[in-house]
Amino acid sequence: MRLALFADVHSNLEALSACLDHARKAGVDRHAFLGDLVGYGADPEAVLAIVDEHVRMGGLVVRGNHDEAAAVEERSAGMNGAATEAAGWTRRILTGSRRVWLMELPLTRREGDAFLVHGSASAPDQFAYVTDPRSASMSLQAAGDAPYVFCGHVHEPVLYHQGPTGRPQPFKPVPGVTIPVSRHRRWLAVVGSVGQPRDGNTAAAYAVADLEKGTLTFHRVPYDWAAAARKILDAGLPERLAVRLQKGE
Amino acid sequence: MDAFPGEGEWLDGYRIDGRLHSGGMGQIYRVTAEVDPGFPLIMKVPRLGYGEPGEAITSYEQEQMVMSVLQGPHAPRYVGAGDLAKQPYLVLEFVEGFLLADWVEKAPLPPEEVARLGWALASALHALHQQEVIHLDVKPSNVIIRPGGEAVLIDFGLANHAHYPDLLAEELHQPVGSAPYISPEQVLGVRSDPRSDIFSLGAVLYELATGEFPFGSPTSPSGLRRRLHEEPVPPRAINPAIPEWLQEVILHCLEPDARLRYASASQVAFDLSHGAQVAVGERGKRMHRAGFATRFRAWFKAKGMEPARLVQPSAHLASAPIVLAAVATRHGNEFIFCQQRDVVGRLLAGPDHVRLAVVTVIPPGSEVGVDTEEDIATTQRIKHLVLLKHWAEPLRLPLDRISFHVLEGNDAAATILDYARANAVDHIVTGSAPPGLPLATVWGTFATKLVGESPCTVTLIRPTAAQLARAAREQDGPPDPR
Repeated sequence: MRLALFADVHSNLEALSACLDHARKAGVDRHAFLGDLVGYGADPEAVLAIVDEHVRMGGLVVRGNHDEAAAVEERSAGMNGAATEAAGWTRRILTGSRRVWLMELPLTRREGDAFLVHGSASAPDQFAYVTDPRSASMSLQAAGDAPYVFCGHVHEPVLYHQGPTGRPQPFKPVPGVTIPVSRHRRWLAVVGSVGQPRDGNTAAAYAVADLEKGTLTFHRVPYDWAAAARKILDAGLPERLAVRLQKGE
Repeated sequence: MDAFPGEGEWLDGYRIDGRLHSGGMGQIYRVTAEVDPGFPLIMKVPRLGYGEPGEAITSYEQEQMVMSVLQGPHAPRYVGAGDLAKQPYLVLEFVEGFLLADWVEKAPLPPEEVARLGWALASALHALHQQEVIHLDVKPSNVIIRPGGEAVLIDFGLANHAHYPDLLAEELHQPVGSAPYISPEQVLGVRSDPRSDIFSLGAVLYELATGEFPFGSPTSPSGLRRRLHEEPVPPRAINPAIPEWLQEVILHCLEPDARLRYASASQVAFDLSHGAQVAVGERGKRMHRAGFATRFRAWFKAKGMEPARLVQPSAHLASAPIVLAAVATRHGNEFIFCQQRDVVGRLLAGPDHVRLAVVTVIPPGSEVGVDTEEDIATTQRIKHLVLLKHWAEPLRLPLDRISFHVLEGNDAAATILDYARANAVDHIVTGSAPPGLPLATVWGTFATKLVGESPCTVTLIRPTAAQLARAAREQDGPPDPR
């Protein structure tokens, strides 16, 4: 089974469409969305409609902190100004049933050898960041016996690998290179962000896992970020959110 | 737990024919495949099970990952691998030839033999580095010289591929390589610098030329760390038959600071095949180790040594190319020479690691044709050499970055291409057809062949029609008054 992994779409329809198109050509069987479907971008409804459709066809989805903030006002506490503003804007756009749908999404999913979570598996509802070997180790430990943990939240693609004795080691994946990931060691993949890349590369990030073969491929997909940025400005969302897309940071 | 297959047994379509080698990390067998790949095979079976070191399996996985993507004649061909959960093994090409270790036994070898073997090894390492692979365990027992003279690296159990996770980094006690050959930065735990292989290459050259290890064979961590600051006894102090240029090359490879070494293995190969053109400096002339004060300063500096970290071998190589300027000394004119020199100058304006080979092709023997006396041929070669040097003068390159070559051949394109292949040239810059050259079509054939068959990037200098016309007018002088 070839599973496409999309994280941090953040209401960016242009980026998501480009990634879905890329995944279709890559012969993907199933889609997983690793949280933060909305927030920041100007197309929450269209993005959620696409995700919903994939879920109906057997796709997997988990909830992110921005999804909660867009559904329930109290959950935006502690977010920065632009994020709070975008969450409020999204909340006003979404129908009541959509917000309920968002809040009913699970925080984690286990599917065969794969464990899906937005942040760290160690405290899924706290949305802790996995940014170093220590936090990666905690997340892997909490994921039980699943050899693969797939997550988002941190907007830069990283692959942590852990042998039977050592601590996880970070690896910066090269786009398009298929990496063998054998089941007898453990892997934590931060797949990067579809809708708001922050590593200085404007292209959308997503990954494809072949769980039968035991391979993982990180991809970067160029998309029309100018259109997505324009929509953000037209919607009256903070200008900073548009600028981020054109810089990829 | 004995998980090794026995002779005559079949394993996943391979028949075990007999054991070749038994070592700490596993066993190696000759095998025959049900489906014949057309070349002889070996099977490497890692040592597994209770009480066995975890490094053996990690090293096996690392080797499998690297071998499955490596291409070319400088590594054994990869045929297949066993399932790790059942019976792990690697099936690889059995490489015919002799281990470089067999030559080491006869060391010290004559300098030309050292240069020939070193050239083969350096070329092989460059081919690996171009594929993002660093071997990290270069030593005579890991190199096979094929009957044709090509070097093949074997045992990639410590290798690192920049496009894949470094599984060996997971181990708390990293296997670090082989004491006599390991680079200073590897001693410090760095596994991402292709110049580590260049250091080990230097240690192998040193051993071939002198019969001794440059730093002995220390067994303790502090013993290994000595190479961070200690310079080896100059090879010529051990074996005076070693020419200065060869010592220069060897000690250049063995610089403790990777940034002071050759920037690429192809540049080492280049110097080993053009000994006469190596710019000999203090390194080549040295007859003693440095005095106490210098050694103390080097030791003090090494205390705080922070090895430079590199991202990808290929990205590093891109900053250290060999550029070939094909200068048409027989046909060119000053206008085209200038244009070509400008383009080459821009390529050289980058990092200091760019090397320039200035090349021209003349017909074999003499240009006169009838008279084939040797001195005429030599005169011709010198004449063209002078033109090449004159061409390069305005570039003001130090001698260690430039070399000059008058090649002989009837087919200029084929001669340049052969030279480019043999020396791993990265970029060819060639001039355009000079204005008024009667055989313009000959030049067209030359350009088509050069571009079509080149193993690397080619830049053709192409002036505009107006520029050409102006150059022709200037060459002819003002028209006669009518």
